[in-house]
Amino acid sequence: MSMEKVMDAKTDGGAAMPAGAAMVTADGVPVKMRGSNVNVFYGEKQALFDVGLDVRDRHVTALIGPSGCGKSTFLRCLNRMNDTIDVCRVTGTIMLDRTDIYDPSVDVVELRARVGMVFQKPNPFPKSIYENVAYGPRIHGLTRNKSELDDVVATSLQKAGLYEEVKDRLDEPGTGLSGGQQQRLCIARAIAVSPEVILMDEPCSALDPIATAKVEELIDELRENYTIVIVTHSMQQAARVSQRTAFFHLGNLVEEGETKEIFTNPRDKRTQDYITGRFG
Amino acid sequence: MFTTSLLLLAVVLVAAYFVGRTRAVQVVGGQVSDLHSLPSFHGAFLAIVAVVPAFVLLLLWSILAPRVLDTMILSTHADAVAGLGTPETEAFLRDARAIAFGGIVGFTDAAKEAAAQTYASLNATADLMLGAAMTLLAVGGLFGGYRAIAPRFRARHVVERVVMVLLVMCSAVAVITTIGIVLSLIFESLRFFQKVPFFDFVFGTHWSPQSAFEGAGATGGDTNAEVFGAIPLLAGTMLITLIAILVAAPIGLFAAIYLSDYASRPVRAIAKPVLEVLAGIPTVVYGFFAALTVAPAFRGAGESIGLSVSSESALAAGVVMGIMIIPFVSSLSDDVINSVPQSLRDGSAGLGATKSETIRKVVLPAALPGIVSALILAISRAIGETMIVVMAAGLAANLTVNPLEAVTTVTVQIVTLLVGDQEFDSAKTLAAFALGLLLFCVTLALNIFALRVVQKYREQYD
Repeated sequence: MSMEKVMDAKTDGGAAMPAGAAMVTADGVPVKMRGSNVNVFYGEKQALFDVGLDVRDRHVTALIGPSGCGKSTFLRCLNRMNDTIDVCRVTGTIMLDRTDIYDPSVDVVELRARVGMVFQKPNPFPKSIYENVAYGPRIHGLTRNKSELDDVVATSLQKAGLYEEVKDRLDEPGTGLSGGQQQRLCIARAIAVSPEVILMDEPCSALDPIATAKVEELIDELRENYTIVIVTHSMQQAARVSQRTAFFHLGNLVEEGETKEIFTNPRDKRTQDYITGRFG
Repeated sequence: MFTTSLLLLAVVLVAAYFVGRTRAVQVVGGQVSDLHSLPSFHGAFLAIVAVVPAFVLLLLWSILAPRVLDTMILSTHADAVAGLGTPETEAFLRDARAIAFGGIVGFTDAAKEAAAQTYASLNATADLMLGAAMTLLAVGGLFGGYRAIAPRFRARHVVERVVMVLLVMCSAVAVITTIGIVLSLIFESLRFFQKVPFFDFVFGTHWSPQSAFEGAGATGGDTNAEVFGAIPLLAGTMLITLIAILVAAPIGLFAAIYLSDYASRPVRAIAKPVLEVLAGIPTVVYGFFAALTVAPAFRGAGESIGLSVSSESALAAGVVMGIMIIPFVSSLSDDVINSVPQSLRDGSAGLGATKSETIRKVVLPAALPGIVSALILAISRAIGETMIVVMAAGLAANLTVNPLEAVTTVTVQIVTLLVGDQEFDSAKTLAAFALGLLLFCVTLALNIFALRVVQKYREQYD
């Protein structure tokens, strides 16, 4: 597929052009991000087929589905992390507020400052706890002086529910924390840049149940201020933390809706089979 | 005799293996699963018991025989060598051997001819006895081993044990050689320090061993300790190494960053091996490159801007040596940078950092200990380098920090001290051992330091 096709896909979106109108759902809820006709290719292999999904503002949206269904791929499209993979190609439009994030005029650095990401495995930098959190504000020049930076670090750690545990040892290496603490440190690091959207790629899959509970609790609190998209393998987790759930299967978005609806009354046979554990 | 015996033993080895294997199958009537060990183990067992004792005997005899024969000759021809000094006795034996077995004979006389005859007859007897003993051992081993082969015989255990002994012996050779070299360095250096005080050597600032002898008559032949100051050599080594590292560290490191984080897969697949070819160029080639191309070029450039550059300069040698160690730095750093987990790069990119920010602020700090140890290994390589410096930096032991002047290094002086006709117990030649010991201590310390850094780095990611 060529560049023309990419442009075509964008024009097909119609209203979804850069600097379009503010997006709302049919029932009037503000939409933070909207993907339409999203296709993703890894070389010759197509990983996503015509996905269209609304991410509601200040909601937790869970992406579920069996391994290899494309949910992580879709997540990584939302802040263009797929750009780092040479063979990956994305067509279609993904809007953030009024901007198409795949528009050539968009600066990917700015985009990732607005759409932060937390990864599957906690990946604190081999620096002090303080430096881990201060990393984002520093590279984006968000603070004017040391005391402002101190404030940002403290607030971010507080929001991530880690401050009380680490306030006396901010100079110690972030890699010395426990797994759950490391993951909350990564969340604090993402929050420190004041993003509008936080993407989480199976954030609890490397954590024990107690650490998982803490992170889930945190996700619920963060919903007040941030739009969250979370990929998870655990359907219980999706049910616990999310308001909206999208089910992916073999690169297709099968259905999306209220989390309760999806789990109690799925419209599609495949969704039903998956949540009742018949496959996946 | 030796070669023939070895060939025969090889034939016995192969034959015994097949005999043992066949016998093992035969004792269980073809039911291999009844054997404790596989037939091939029985074969190997029989080969070992047949060959190893005879081989050990052959080896021992080859080492000891000349000495035993010499002693016997000296006792039978005691009157011929009576009153001769050690060198003359050795010459006598040498000539007798040459007459008996062919070779260059100094001069002959009746006594030597007689000794040569004794030699020949003794040697023939000894060969016969050796052959008989080896045959006895081999045949005995074969029979004993053959009878030992039985269904429950644990041939595998014997073979495994022998394999282990073999491996232990091989690693012992490496270790013992190292220890031997270090000990010989130490003992020769001690002899040197008897003639030249230790502190004059380590802290002296004047190096000109050619003028080690002063005066004549009563004081003639005394060693002048003042001329064995190693400081100019160490300074020269440090200066050239510093220049080399200034060249190699940035170029090697940046090349490594390009290869690991920027280069596409095909570029990397070609560029990395090509860069490593630099390491395969013999240093003597770098040496004439330095002496014939780089040094004159530097002198020309220096003169055109009014600097006086010596035709053999530390700068030329250092720069070429820097180029030589680029592959060490780049290849090792590339491995280290690659071993920084991708998740850290993703984490940084996910926060909106650019590629260069990610490398500067996350990847390099994480890889720093490994990069430091790569640099240290490159430095110890540069310190020990000889050829380039011999050809490009000169022999003058100037104590200077000016890179445009000629300097000399520890390795170069070792070479010049030992080249040509030398007595082996003068302070001049012994100084070479002391310099070698000095160099060994420096590079050993650097290597230990580098290993420490690497170990610390490993702990961080496991």
